[in-house]
Amino acid sequence: MDRFTALTMGFLSVVLVNNFVFTKFLGTCPYLGVSGRLDRAFGMGLAVTFVTALSGTLTWLVDAYVLMPLHMEITRYICYIVIIAGAVQLVEMYVRKFFPSLYDAFGIFLPLISTNCVILGICLFLDVWGTNNLLEAVVVSTGTGIGFTVAICMMAAIREELILADVPRALQGAPITLITAGLLTLAFMGFAGMIK
Amino acid sequence: MSASNGSIPSPYPAALFSGLWKENPTFRLLIGLCPPLAVTSAVKPALTMGLSVIFVLVCSNLVVSLMRNLLRPHLRIIMFTVTIATFVTICDLFLKAYTPQMSEVLGAYVPLIIVNCLIIFRAEARASRSGPLISILDGVGMGAGFTIALCILAGVREIVATGRWFDIQVMPKGFVPWLALQMPVGAFITLGLILGLINVMTARKEA
Repeated sequence: MDRFTALTMGFLSVVLVNNFVFTKFLGTCPYLGVSGRLDRAFGMGLAVTFVTALSGTLTWLVDAYVLMPLHMEITRYICYIVIIAGAVQLVEMYVRKFFPSLYDAFGIFLPLISTNCVILGICLFLDVWGTNNLLEAVVVSTGTGIGFTVAICMMAAIREELILADVPRALQGAPITLITAGLLTLAFMGFAGMIK
Repeated sequence: MSASNGSIPSPYPAALFSGLWKENPTFRLLIGLCPPLAVTSAVKPALTMGLSVIFVLVCSNLVVSLMRNLLRPHLRIIMFTVTIATFVTICDLFLKAYTPQMSEVLGAYVPLIIVNCLIIFRAEARASRSGPLISILDGVGMGAGFTIALCILAGVREIVATGRWFDIQVMPKGFVPWLALQMPVGAFITLGLILGLINVMTARKEA
């Protein structure tokens, strides 16, 4: 398999087959919290994609060129979290300057991106999967963000329709959202085994 | 003076017990949902995860509470996460050293405690505003509530999916295990149904 095919496979794998939301339950907080409206979900997805791409790449570089040679793996989590918080701060400043209305719509959720599990998740899984070159790290971390965007947008679109549905009283709100999420997961299980 | 003091309820028991049910992080507040969904396919990993979260939550609450006067608004979250990351590193190394098998099962979900919203939420809402003792009690209560929720969820999923609980056979011989509950689907749907059940129960209580 040549390099290009390998990268495409890796990308498709994190977007569809190993989607972080559906198979690893990462990022379930914004997935259930911000997915009320499609436009907001899309904006959130893009912000998360940008931060995952940036911090996935940066943490891989720091891990490979600073922590490993110096044998400081023990401080790995602390370094990761500082890098992520920095990247989020960058996005926050950018959004506040150029998209003030989006900034107001996000409210507390924007600074909380730094505590979004997807982002720390991809930094950790890059290590678990043994990613050993920079290009692969960039492609996989971007793909993870896109996978999150796909998931949260699908959920938002369903929930916009769900408002009109006649849901039993006991299941209204969070329970039906979780059950919907379960059914979506079931659908995405169909992709399992597509790429090995 | 002392008599009127007695009628004001002490904040300490409230701090300890509110996390168990009234503000149960998983069932009531719906925060920190990643571990309840990810590690509850069996009771043992769920319990390990719960105990790890109690440890991290209590320690980080204590430290945040002690440094609450040094916090600056825009640097708050990073101070919290660095504190939490330190304790999670300790916890991770401890699990790796003493229960390597469990550490293998939990995998990346132990370091992911760092970004568990529950811990940051408690640091923000309680520890950065109150004294050390109350923060510790709050950590214990919230952690215990979280652990109980995890164990309930894991119990249901393990019994239905394998017919066993804590590795002990509990279901009769003819029971057909429903493996779907051990997959990611089962996690979402079980939690959804339990929340629905709680809604029914609270609605009946109020009626």
